[in-house]
Order: sequence, then structure tokens, then C-alpha cells
Amino acid sequence: MIELLLVFALAIGLGWPLGHYLARVMRGDPTPLDRVFGPIERGVYRLLGIDARRGMSWKGYASAFLLSNLALGVVVWILFMTQAWLPLNPDGAPNMSWDLALHTMVSFLTNTNQQHYSGQAQLSYLSQMVGIAGLQVITPMMGLAIVVATLRGLFGGREQMAGGTAATPTDEARGERDVGNYWVDVLRATLRFFLPLALLWSVLLASQGVPATLAEGPTYTPLDQSVEMRSQHVPLGPVAPMVAVKQLGTNGGGWYGPNSAVPLENPTPLSNLLETLAIILIPVAITFMVGPLTGRRKLTALVFGCMALMSVVSTGAALWSEAYSPTAQDAALMEGKETRFGASNSALWATLTTQTSNGSVDSMHDSLAPLTGAVTITNMLVNAVWGGVGCGLQQFLVYLLLAAFLSGLMTGRTPELFGRKIEAGEVRLLALLILLQPLIVIGFTALTVALPAFTGNSNPGFHGISQVLYEYASAFANNGSGFEGLGDGTPWWNLTCVVALFFGRYAALIVPLWIAGLMAKKRVAPTSSGTLDVETPTFALTLVSVVVILTILQFMPALVLGPVGEHLALTTAGAAIP
Amino acid sequence: MNSSTHLGALRRHSTAGIDRAALKAALVDSLRKLSPLHAVRNPVIAIVLLGTVLSALITVASGKNPGFGLAVTLILLVTVLFANFAEALAEARGRGQAASLRAARRDLVARKLDDAGGETRVAAATLKRGDRVIVSEGELIPADGEIIRGVATINEAAVTGESAPVLREAGTDRSGVIGGTKVLSDEILVEVSAEPGGSFLDRMIALVEGANRQKTPNEIALTMLLAAMTLTFLIVVATLPFLAGFVGASLDPLLLIALLVCLIPTTIGGLLPAIGIAGMNRALAANVLAKSGKAVEIAGDVDVLLLDKTGTITHGDRQATAFHPLAGIDRDALRDAALLASVADPTPEGKSIVRLARDLGSRVTEPEHAHFVQFSAQTRMSGVDLDDGRTIRKGAGDAIERHVTALGATLTPELAARVQQIARSGATPLVVADGNCVLGVVELSDVVKHGVQERFARLREMGVRTVMITGDNPLTAAAIAAEAGVDDYIAEAKPEDKLARIRQEQAGGRLVAMVGDGTNDAPALAQADVGLAMNSGTQAAKEAGNMVDLDSDPAKLLAVVEVGKQQLITRGALTTFSLANDVSKYFAILPALFAAAIPSMAALDVMHLSSPANAVLAALIFNAVIIPALIPLALAGVRFKPAGAVSLLRRNMLVYGVGGVLLPFAGIKLIDLLLVVLGA
Repeated sequence: MIELLLVFALAIGLGWPLGHYLARVMRGDPTPLDRVFGPIERGVYRLLGIDARRGMSWKGYASAFLLSNLALGVVVWILFMTQAWLPLNPDGAPNMSWDLALHTMVSFLTNTNQQHYSGQAQLSYLSQMVGIAGLQVITPMMGLAIVVATLRGLFGGREQMAGGTAATPTDEARGERDVGNYWVDVLRATLRFFLPLALLWSVLLASQGVPATLAEGPTYTPLDQSVEMRSQHVPLGPVAPMVAVKQLGTNGGGWYGPNSAVPLENPTPLSNLLETLAIILIPVAITFMVGPLTGRRKLTALVFGCMALMSVVSTGAALWSEAYSPTAQDAALMEGKETRFGASNSALWATLTTQTSNGSVDSMHDSLAPLTGAVTITNMLVNAVWGGVGCGLQQFLVYLLLAAFLSGLMTGRTPELFGRKIEAGEVRLLALLILLQPLIVIGFTALTVALPAFTGNSNPGFHGISQVLYEYASAFANNGSGFEGLGDGTPWWNLTCVVALFFGRYAALIVPLWIAGLMAKKRVAPTSSGTLDVETPTFALTLVSVVVILTILQFMPALVLGPVGEHLALTTAGAAIP
Repeated sequence: MNSSTHLGALRRHSTAGIDRAALKAALVDSLRKLSPLHAVRNPVIAIVLLGTVLSALITVASGKNPGFGLAVTLILLVTVLFANFAEALAEARGRGQAASLRAARRDLVARKLDDAGGETRVAAATLKRGDRVIVSEGELIPADGEIIRGVATINEAAVTGESAPVLREAGTDRSGVIGGTKVLSDEILVEVSAEPGGSFLDRMIALVEGANRQKTPNEIALTMLLAAMTLTFLIVVATLPFLAGFVGASLDPLLLIALLVCLIPTTIGGLLPAIGIAGMNRALAANVLAKSGKAVEIAGDVDVLLLDKTGTITHGDRQATAFHPLAGIDRDALRDAALLASVADPTPEGKSIVRLARDLGSRVTEPEHAHFVQFSAQTRMSGVDLDDGRTIRKGAGDAIERHVTALGATLTPELAARVQQIARSGATPLVVADGNCVLGVVELSDVVKHGVQERFARLREMGVRTVMITGDNPLTAAAIAAEAGVDDYIAEAKPEDKLARIRQEQAGGRLVAMVGDGTNDAPALAQADVGLAMNSGTQAAKEAGNMVDLDSDPAKLLAVVEVGKQQLITRGALTTFSLANDVSKYFAILPALFAAAIPSMAALDVMHLSSPANAVLAALIFNAVIIPALIPLALAGVRFKPAGAVSLLRRNMLVYGVGGVLLPFAGIKLIDLLLVVLGA
């Protein structure tokens, strides 16, 4: 409980200044740090041939995002498939198969870090450092850039936000609005915000004993001769920086297969606190960025308030379920839990890692009590409790638009958000997003369980459904954690997850940006007493209700046949698990 | 004139409720709407219809448990019929109103004037735009048109329900006449302004009938959202057998159909067309003919309302309310002089001066051989030249000033002070002079209409700002604006100022409503987002606006704004309600669905329903009966009280959101209890 309060207090206490600093970075305000970062940035712009002063329309911004992803994707895919022949491979990791390499590449490119491989055995140091960690650094900042561009669009474009000049007819005639420069946004956020923070965290983690080396791992002889092995090779590497990056950037893909449940990634209670805090630090900081970035301080209150409310309820439910629910004391469920930190800290990590789309784990989620499992799946289905870096706020904006649409009708005005009308064009895109999630998550789940040959499922019954549902929910939410127990390194899993990852990342990021691009061009209606003020408790509760009802309506049957069914089966006396 | 054809009577009908004829017509129509061709226009209901057919086929094919299958099929069919009935009822009411409108203009004979000046009697239906007809006392006007010669009093009760006659006059802003109304006095020459079948009424009739009703922008947006939810539920239900199969449960297809129908938003889907039609009907019930549903909807979004002062905020005819003699002048002298100057003045102002003077005890007899000077635009004075050589004049301050200085007088500062003082109080000063001697000032007050202040306050609560437009000087305008409680005013306004103001407001992102009647209002009416033309106004004004007020009551816009808002609120509230309902339906049907294969699922049956079959039937029955139960709400609109947006949202979320989650739990349990009692 103390750890819980400490984590939230620290996240808010550190998130507030970080968010304000981030807003300055994204606005491009001059700072004293320009002297350090300015020359580096200018060098990169010259190298890439970028005109940093040029603004982009939403289409240009989205194209730049896709282009950069395509280029990175191809390079990393090839890297994974050829790593055995490349340098920095002291432990002799072999080349990856094409489908596993594709899944791994897409998984990291989409800031998901779903791992169908075991890092320490199947990746070379080069792949880990360049392919994995490189993407772990840059992809969260890409998500952040997209959501910043979306916010700019929702407020009518960069020039509207900066100068606050009123819209003139000539502005409208000019067509698309400037939502920022993608390359500048990504570079500034990476260089001025993420890397310094990651450096700090890796030093702190290294101080706790997390390995940070490029040398080959040592080999030990087990003392206990009853173990059927002569010697054990302990893979090491630059673990601390990577753990820092994976925790901070809602990445989640660890150096080691079992992630932060391995003592080498998470050796002490202090490291556990640091890593737990790092999961939510940037998502929380982003909520504090919203106010100063948009010039509407109260907007931060709305975003933070809604997210904190959902987070508290979800965390509370998980902790309750782990401590008091009828299934919590089941001895079988302690297998896979990190006993060094205890069940409640495991539950805290589990719920936070799914509230943000982090996906790192310090316990195996299929060992959680069934209802805790339901909480973690629900967190990922909502995907905006805090959400991933950038994409969480992006999904929140989708809910905000939906709630504003319904609320607008209920207050007797054509729905609008920030003075811009939400009309058929925008609702069509929102409808697409509403449909996409159940189509992919439930669709693939049903397909997979209908074809048991493909599933590689280790469990029958409700638990099996939970595993599959979790895997696809995690993929679509770009979370990356797994329920474990799935033989998920097969082409079926790799390819279907690639589809889920792809749409969960690109549709979920670009469609809201598209909506913002449409809204940016609209006439702004000044506020009157007939305008619905979204920064009010009434609207916040409406928004949360929309999230809850939508999630229940879409996923209740699947959850009932998964974790809820398992819970009921375990609690109903005498009933065996079917 | 048969009084049952009065729109006024109709208005009473439509507010009183649903009449029997409309009910009967709607019942027949709801069967006709079962045709697949009609059903596909409403995807939600089309799926229910498809489900009905499937469940009938399954019942026949499987042969097991036919009673339950039959019950499910029938309830589904009834659900479709209920939805059809809602739409049909709204349409039937619209048709009823339209029929009354048509009756007003049947079998009319027109006296058409040909080029030679001769008269021929032709059927009114054959009249074309540009034809000229003569209408005399006691005759019905055969078609919409404009008076090009003459003045007449007209009874428009057939259209407006208002029995007090109105004055229509050629060459004024009140030259428009409506087909089917009756000339009470005099003879007028009317130029027909509409092609046969193309008059306002004809177009309105078509709209009211819903024949060519087009979906409004907000309706289209909402339909998309509902379609997305419907498809979502299709995915959810279609995948369920696979998931259930994995845990060894095989699901009854009938129950799956039941689950799907319960989940898709049938309530709002079934009521959506009715809400749209009812919005138009409610506007009509307020005697406003909207040219499209979109116009009504936009009215709900209006931010600024531009109003002419005269006739809207004030009665328009200024009345003499006091005499203010200058220092040293006898009050009675002023009074009598004013009376003499006004006895021959036919304007309401002139008559009111005579009335006031008599009330104050003037006994001056009307002079017999006096020469009366009529008001002219050049002199801007009127008055009288008496036999004894006195020349009495009354007029605006500056006109009299010019008049008396020309006669060699010098003016005292007192006069200017008086004039200023009266003008500042919102009244119009009229200066009276006898020869070159200024006697004093008559105060003419423009009386603010009773109740306008409350109306503007209501509008302000809804977030609508009011701007008064007047030709008065700034002082007068400010005083009247303060008294009437408008938010802003434009004084000394020229016609083009209206247009400029509308453009200025629109450039600031506001939606503007404008009320007007004159030809020079037409550009402003066309530019405004909502242009409400007075039916008494000119044809140009009516063509330019997107709504016509049959009562020619400019304050009517308030009613239109409320109708527009109500329509949106009704849609939003019922959508919320419809989706919120689904939570309880899950709790009713999911346990029933898995009851056989997975006994532990019984724990989800929080309502403790009597049996799985009854649970499904209860949920389906609730789903069906909620549609007719909400028809009155859909037709009358959700109760609207002007309030801030946040308190509106809070109220509607509590009633339709929280209520929408809770009500069906109680409803389904109740129906289940009834089923036990009935079927045991």
C-alpha cells in the first residue's frame, strides 16, 4: 500500500514539472538548453535535408510518420534476420526466422514490445541495442509527436495556438492547417526530453545492480549437483539502459524473456519502485503537458482527472482481487508471482503496466487471480487509463470526441469540441475506430479458439480464452505483455498479431489526427452560455461513463467466457474447470 | 370557412395528443412498411426484420420447443411493427396537417385579368406565376401572391388560426397574401407569385407529409454512430458461438438472435425517423413553416438573434404620452396647438396626440376652413394653416428648427435640452411651433411589448444573444434596449447595416438568426443562418428566408430555437438511453445463454429471473414495448427548460443515462414476474 501511494505521489510530483518542460519543448520555445541541443538538432536537420521552419498539414505529418516507420522497419527487420553475421554477438545468437523477425520488428516499431522470443537467447547485443532499444527510444516519441499534432489540429493548427489570432476568411481559403513539423517534433522530444530522462534512470538502476556491460556473460557451475546441468551461462549486456528505456517509454520489452521478474532486471525493492514509477511517469507527465501546450490549463484537469479516476478504480479492483477475492488465496496462483515483492506489488505492477500500454511484467499475468486478469484485460481494452506515451492521450481524445458528440446532442446543440463542430465526416471516422477494435480483438480471438491446431494454447477452458483474448487485446493496445502459456512463436500468432499490432498502432494514431485535420479547418464558434464546457465534473463523469459503457457493450461476452467464467468456475463449489 | 380545416385547430390537435384517424392510418402503414424495400432504409430495424425471418425458419426447421420459438418470432415481429408504427404515426399526423392545409385551397375560382383588361373565371389550380387576379370583398384569394394595387383587410384564419383581420397593402412591406385566405373589405389586384403546386403551402405540405424529408446533418452523423454500434454487436454475437464452443457450450441460435436484437439500438433506431418528422410538426404547431428539417435543427444552434425594434420589441406605433411646454408657455396652449396640428393627421401618432389632448381636457373645436398641411418627406413637418393666419406646425426637432429660423426666430437652448432629454428616455420628441414661436415638445413613446424582457432572458439562458436594430437615434435606441433587455443594439441602422452585422457575427464563428419582412431585408434573411420571414411580408423576404411565420410574430423565433434544441436533445437522450439499456440485457440473456452448458454462469443472473426462457422473453418484450412507450416522448420532444449546457447535460445524463441503466433491470424483472403469473 505504501508503495502504491509513493508511486502515485512521485508520478504526480515529478510529472508536473516534466509536463511543463515537455510543453516548452513541443512548442519550440527558446530555452537556455538551446546552446547544448541546438547544434545537434541543426546537424541532424542538415543531414536529413529538413527545413525545420516548415509546417506540415495533417496529411504531410502522417506521411512523414509512416515513411519514417517504413524506413526503420525495413532496416530493423533485415538486422534481425542477419544478426548472426553481424558484430557484437558474443553469445552467438542465431538469425531470426522471417516471420518471428517480422513480428518482433512490427512489435517494437509499434511501441508494443510483444515478445514471441526470449531476448537473452535470440538477440545479439547489436540487435538489442540498435534494433530493440533504438526503436524503444524513438517510437514513444513518435506517438507523442502524433498526439501533439492532433492537439494542434483540434485547436485549429499551430498558428492559432501560438499567436491566438482570430480566424480570418483568408485563413480558411488557404486549406489545410499547419499541425507542426514531424521531424522537428520527434527529434526535439527525443533529444531534449526522453534521452536525458532515460540516462538518469539507467544510472539509478545501475546503482541498484542492474548489469550494464558489453562483455560476454559469465558461466557458473551450479552448487546444487542435483540440478541436471554442469554449468549455467548467465547472459548479461547493457541491461540497465534498456530497462530504463523500456519502462519510461511504455515499451515493456525487456532484455530477458521473463522481463522484470528476473532479478537481473529488477534486483532490489528500490529498483522495483523506480521501475514501477517509470511505467506511469511519462504518461502522467503528458497529461500535465496538455494544459500549457494548448493554453487551456483546465484541460489538464479534465484529462488528468478522468485518467486518475479510472486508474484508481482499476488499481483498487486489482489489489482487492489479489488480496481478498475468493480465488486470491489459491496456492496454485502463487506460481509465477514475484514473491520477493509480494502479491500486492505484483498486482500494482500488473495493473499499471496495462493501464499504460507498457507491457513489462514483474509477475506472470496468467498467475493473477482471474478477476485481476479481467482488470488487466479491461485496462488494455480501454487503453486510455493512462495509455502509452502519446497513444494513450490519443485514445483519450477519441473518447473525448465521442462523449462530446453525445453530450452536444443532449444539450441541444450541434456537437462541438473546443468550438469546432463534430459532424458526419468526423463521426464516420470515429465509427471506424469503434468498429476496428472488436473486429480485430474478438474476431481473432474467436478465429483462434475455433482452430485449436493453431493456438498453441497451454490451457483448456476459460483460462485458454483469457490467454488468447489477452494476447490480442495486448497486441491491439500496443501493450506487449502476455498472459504466458501460449506457444506464440508460430507463424499463425506472429502474423495475426502483426495485423493487430499494425491497426492498433497506425489506425489508432492516424485516424484521430485525420479527425483533427478536418476539425482544424472549421469555423470556430465562440463560447456562450449555451456552449458545453467540457472541463467540468459533469462532463468528466459523462466521458468516463462513455468509456465504461462502450467497453462493457463490446467486450462483456468475451470477458464472461474468459476471466469471469474462470472466476465463477473456481468459486462455484464442486464445479470443475471445464 | 370550415373551422376544422384551420391550422389553428390543427395546432390544438397536435398538442392535445394523437387523434384517432392518425392512429388508424398509422396502424395500416406500419404493416405496409414491413416491405423489405422500406426496411433497408433503416438498417437497425432491417436487422430485426431479418432476425424475425430467421427465427421463424429456425423454429419451423428444428421443431423442438416450438412454443418458445413462436414467442420469440412474434415478439421480434412486434418490435419491427412498433418501430414502423412510430414512424407511420408521425407521418400520419403530418399528413393530417397537410390535408387541412390543402382543404383550405380546394375548388377556388379565380377572376383572372387578361392583357386586354378583361376578366375570365378560371380554376385557381391553373394560375401561373405572373398572372393577375382581382379579389373583392368576401372572396377567397386563389393563390399566393403580392398585392400590386389596393388595400384590403384579410382574414387569414384559415392558415394562421388567428381570427383578427390583418391589413395588406400594395407597395408596402405588408403586401403578401396567401392563397385560401379571405378578403374582408375592399378590392385588390394580386399578382400570382407561385407556379401551380409550387406555392409555399404546397412545398410545406410536401415537407410536412415527410414525403421528401431529407435527413438533417446531425441525424446523418448519429445514424453513422448507430450503424457502427450495430455492426459491433453483430461482431460480438457472431463470434460468441466460437468462444462458447471452446469451453464446450453450444448455443441456441434463437437465443443468439434474441441477444443481437436486444443489443442493437432498436429503441433509438425505431424512433429516429419519428423524431425528425415530429420536429417539423412541432414547428408547424407553433405556426412556423420550415423549408427543411435542417433549418429547424440549425435554429437550435443559433448564437445571435437580430431583431427589428419596431413590431418586435415595441408595438411600433408611437403614442403621445406627455406635453412638455417651454418656459413661459401655457401648457394648455401647447396642448391645443398640438391638437389642431393633428386633427387631420391620419397616422397613429397623430391620432394619439388628439386622444391625449382630449383626455387632458382640450375643448378646441375642429376648425372649419383650415388648410391642412400633410407630412412630406421634404419638409418633414405637418400641421395646419388657420383662417386667422396662425400657422401651426409639428415635426422633428431639426425640421421645426429650420422652419422657425427661416421665419426669423432665434432658438433657446432650452428646446435642445428638452429634445435631448426626451430622446434619452427612449421616446421620440415632436416639436410644436405656432408661427415662429416654439411652444414645446410632445413626447411620443414607443411602448415596449409586454413580456419581451422575459423572452430575451430565456434566450440569454440558452446562450442566444439578442441584437436590436432600429432607425432611432443612439439615445432612443439605448433607452429602449435597456428597457427591453436586449444585449446589443444598432442605432440609426440602414438596411445594409443588417447584412454587414450578420456577416460580422458569422466571421466571428457565430450562427445568426434574423427576423424580417421587407424586401430590403431579403439579402440579410438569405445571409442569416436562420431567416424567419413574416408571412405578412413581401414575397422576396419569404423566398429569402428559410422559415415563414404564419402568425407574423417576430418573437416566434424563440419557439423555433426551442424546437430545434428539443429535437437534438431528444435524439441524444434516446441514444444514451438505448445504449445504456444494453447493460441489463446482457445480465438477462448471457446467463440464460450459458445456463445449460455452464451452470456456474447462474451467478451472473443478478435479477434472479424465473427461467432461462423467461429471461430471454422478458428482455425481448422489454426491448419491444419500450418503443411504443417512448413514442409520445419522441413526438412531443424531451422536456426542455432553458438552462446552461452543463446543467442540461447533468439532468439528461441522470434521467436517460443512469435511468437507462437501471430501468430495464426493474422492467425485465417485472415482465418476468408477469410471465410467471400468466404462464406459470
